[in-house]
Amino acid sequence: MSQTMIQYEGKIAQIVQEDPMLQFLLYAGDNALITGHRCSEWCGHGPILEQDIAISNIALDYIGAARNFYQLAATRIQAKDPSLEVTEDTLAYLRDAWDFKNLLIAELPNGDWAQTTIRVYFISSFQWLFYQQLTQSSDADVAAIAEKTLKEVKYHLRWSREWVIRLGDGTEESAKRLRQALTFLWPFTGEAFKEASYETATSSATTIQLAKLHELWKQELQEVFAEAGLEVPTQQAFQSGGKTGKHTEYLGYILAEMQFLQRAYPGASW
Amino acid sequence: MEAIIQPTAAIWKVLETVCDPEVPVLTIVDLGIVRDVQTSEKGAVITITPTYSGCPAMDVIRIQIKMALAEAGIKEVEIKQILSPAWTTDWMSEEGKKKLHAYGIAPPQYKVKDDANIEDTHPPCPQCNSVDTRLVSEFGSTACKALFQCNDCLEPFDYFKCH
Repeated sequence: MSQTMIQYEGKIAQIVQEDPMLQFLLYAGDNALITGHRCSEWCGHGPILEQDIAISNIALDYIGAARNFYQLAATRIQAKDPSLEVTEDTLAYLRDAWDFKNLLIAELPNGDWAQTTIRVYFISSFQWLFYQQLTQSSDADVAAIAEKTLKEVKYHLRWSREWVIRLGDGTEESAKRLRQALTFLWPFTGEAFKEASYETATSSATTIQLAKLHELWKQELQEVFAEAGLEVPTQQAFQSGGKTGKHTEYLGYILAEMQFLQRAYPGASW
Repeated sequence: MEAIIQPTAAIWKVLETVCDPEVPVLTIVDLGIVRDVQTSEKGAVITITPTYSGCPAMDVIRIQIKMALAEAGIKEVEIKQILSPAWTTDWMSEEGKKKLHAYGIAPPQYKVKDDANIEDTHPPCPQCNSVDTRLVSEFGSTACKALFQCNDCLEPFDYFKCH
């Protein structure tokens, strides 16, 4: 066990800074990790046992997807400079909030069950389309992760879609809670479709076309919201920043908890 | 002393003794986790693929593979992971499915291409073989399973879902 883990700052950060594909991998990995972390907060607190198990399983899938992206990024960083000691853990535990590229919607608090499930719905409905395009990537490693993750996102989407419909079309109270959650989260739903510089620079390799994704995503929303008795909001979903490292205060608290052990005891392992 | 190259068949035999820690009735070969075995003068290269991305059993399985092969005298073992083609229950052996049912877990009922709706799936109850069974939750005790209940004997049971 090494006494000091290499810091993210310096050389590793510089290598990432110069390579848009590495930034894209971190963007995809960070979305998965932070969404997974939020879902994992429900473990032991779910409204009923089956749903506690469901969201804990979903958390596990997300964290698994994050590991795949981080492992690939770490391997590629190391290939650029074999003297560096960089692993998936370096990327998860030693970057600070401004290095994280996850969408803001992923880091917002869980709130109640309505807010949690509609957030998973917004994220998984986007990812369902995102990973479908990504399976076409000319980068074989990226396409393989997408192929693997897509099979799991299918479950997340089906589960969260059912919850949105059940709550929206449920009791007066459940519908009220869902509408409140929608009002709170809606401004954060646009960021996924605003292209960051690393997405533009990698678009020929990833084959991701955000404008096309946005159209398909709006259709998906129309269908599910109609069934849930919800109106698709017309106001602008204006919040953004996460993709380029400008986060809400919530991310700092997530990282403080998640990274505490590695910061306090560098290099600690099981 | 010349190094002895182990035939790959012998290594497959060893791998058939490594069980999934969460479904101990199945070996990693039954599950289709082992994708390739290569041997060299130095040892062996085993290629595996994860069932689900976040499956915590994968780290344990790596250690178990190394231990089983070490006991068989193969010390230099490299374990590679591939993600594509993505793991599917279609690779589960018929023998493995029988073992699952006998163990109390209903095996996958369809092939992935059938695109069966899980709500319309009625796996035979591993306790009483009734097909009057219903889905309780799409998520079960591990990522690979869903929770069902038998309407006849009322026992809840795990179903290994088509994936």
